[in-house]
Amino acid sequence: MKNNVKFIQGNKACVLGALDAGMTFFGGYPITPSTELAEISAVELPKVGGKFIQMEDEIAGIAAAIGGSLAGSKAMTATSGPGFSLKQENIGFAMMAEVPLVIVNVQRGGPSTGLPTSPSQGDMMQAKWGTHGDHPVIALTPNSVQESYYMMIRAFNLAEKYRTPVMFMTDEVIGHMREKIVIPEKDTLEIYDRKKPDSKEDYLPYELKEGSFVPPMAAYGEGYRFHVTGLAHDETGFPSNDTKNAGKLMDRLMNKINNNLDDIIDYEEFMIEDAEHIILSYGATSRSARSAVEQLREENFKVGLFRLKTVWPFPEARVLELSKKVKSITVAEMNLGQMVLETERVIKDNTELLFRGKGNGEFITPEEIIDTLKEVL
Amino acid sequence: MNQVVKDYLRTDKLGHIWCPGCGHGIILHQIIKAISQLGYNKDEVCVISGIGCSSRAPGYMDFDTLHTTHGRALAFATGIKLAKPEMKVIVISGDGDASAIGGNHLIHACRRNIDITTIVFNNNIYGMTGGQYSPTTPTGDLGTTAPYGNIDRNFDIAKLAAAAGASYASRSTVYHAKQLEKQIKDALEVKGFSLVEAMTMCPTSYGRKNKKGTVTDMLLSYKDNYVDVDVFDKLPKEKTEGKIKMGVFKNERYPEYTEEYLKIIERLKGDKNE
Repeated sequence: MKNNVKFIQGNKACVLGALDAGMTFFGGYPITPSTELAEISAVELPKVGGKFIQMEDEIAGIAAAIGGSLAGSKAMTATSGPGFSLKQENIGFAMMAEVPLVIVNVQRGGPSTGLPTSPSQGDMMQAKWGTHGDHPVIALTPNSVQESYYMMIRAFNLAEKYRTPVMFMTDEVIGHMREKIVIPEKDTLEIYDRKKPDSKEDYLPYELKEGSFVPPMAAYGEGYRFHVTGLAHDETGFPSNDTKNAGKLMDRLMNKINNNLDDIIDYEEFMIEDAEHIILSYGATSRSARSAVEQLREENFKVGLFRLKTVWPFPEARVLELSKKVKSITVAEMNLGQMVLETERVIKDNTELLFRGKGNGEFITPEEIIDTLKEVL
Repeated sequence: MNQVVKDYLRTDKLGHIWCPGCGHGIILHQIIKAISQLGYNKDEVCVISGIGCSSRAPGYMDFDTLHTTHGRALAFATGIKLAKPEMKVIVISGDGDASAIGGNHLIHACRRNIDITTIVFNNNIYGMTGGQYSPTTPTGDLGTTAPYGNIDRNFDIAKLAAAAGASYASRSTVYHAKQLEKQIKDALEVKGFSLVEAMTMCPTSYGRKNKKGTVTDMLLSYKDNYVDVDVFDKLPKEKTEGKIKMGVFKNERYPEYTEEYLKIIERLKGDKNE
């Protein structure tokens, strides 16, 4: 295969991954540092018969993408901090109505307009709790251009499989950094398409078939004539105020994620086996964390890296297990303390917890992480 | 129950949530009559709404239906129409839904001239939340959030749509049901963005507060106060005082959005073949 080796930025790799996953609809709005996702989608989608639309605002961008998904397309939107805030309402809608969708957030410094051209990992808790009410969340975070490509495919696969919006939490560093990537042959990729109903007879859009964890999904225009609402609803898709039914719906929404953690959760362990100290990191910061591990290993310190690839659901079981074996866990992230809170919740007092954060738009260096670790080494 | 109702409504989802005397059922009836006359296949129609009393209408209609977030119906509908341009896409919205929280989506759907027909159920009030003033509550009227009289100036939604670039914009009332039905039918046939503003009474949250009398009084006030635009313009000034124009304000043709997009796809196919 020719031209399968490219030197491109992370944002472009995201779009190439999305296209190879089968994305045919992009609804968006320009915002730094995610704009390239819209620009490249605008170029590429019509070439494959797909649809790109730049809407009037961020809210409309995700709304159009949800509409596209309900009409049968694999759909996505992309944004950054302020836009991610604006999208929260319809993220909740997609969760409640179980609409597959990928939302890319190329994180930049916040709060508010903040630091538009600087990196951040300040939206990790927003990914989990940004939209109101209890809800299940899948959020992924890549740490390289190559991984941006593969992880976007995974994001679409998870969205389609679990009928849910999937948040792709990249950041300005990974989004704009250029690296070599290898685009695999298409037939080597595993692509998941949403399960469709078998028959129009007695179709109930939210009926769970035995042995499955999500209802099969019809598309508009296929003759099913079904109703979709953001209100609490029963199996028919029509609103219901019945508390027993609402409880059943919430259980099902939570369980489809919580009962499939092994399938959804992904992480990378580097030099963990004999580690006495662990750095827990993710995204761009995990590159500094890995470098810190390598430098400390040269000094014969037994340090390892635990890298989140799935941020939500948090790999609770594994982190708990590791916390019982090591002398310390250092969380390094480009914010003033977000995933460290989740780590603290999980590990309790099992081991010493250290934190290296930064919220000023600067990248965290390996040396800074080493400085923090030196407190316990 | 008449045949058109049986054919196009989800009769098992009725009775509806609307109060006694609400005009919304009349508009719904005129919409399905217009669709029935056009002979649309039920499987090709998608009806989308936002939030409010009017936005419950799609739930009763036997098509693909979507009840979205407040104000956002047109943005969702734009996605559906662009993904499946062959579908007949109809948006049902209220005055607050369409012109306050959804105002930005409305003007841009008009500007884009995407082939969607929007029916605005305008009852001049936020009915579902109990009578707060909306962008179409007449200046001076009372609402629960305008206890001393509304000092906002009110929107003319049909004219707003016309000015924002819609192909078709009209207004009628639930009293003028036949005319309303004709406007809806004409709007549906337009290839481009069309909007019909349907004036409808809310006796519970607007009429009572503003001492508008009985439901019949409210209905008859449409007869007395709405004047067809062609007649209106010919009347002497003293006869048009306090009257409101209805009828078709705009009926022009512009390039339609999804057709233009499909042209790009076709052009790119051509480039590839060369």
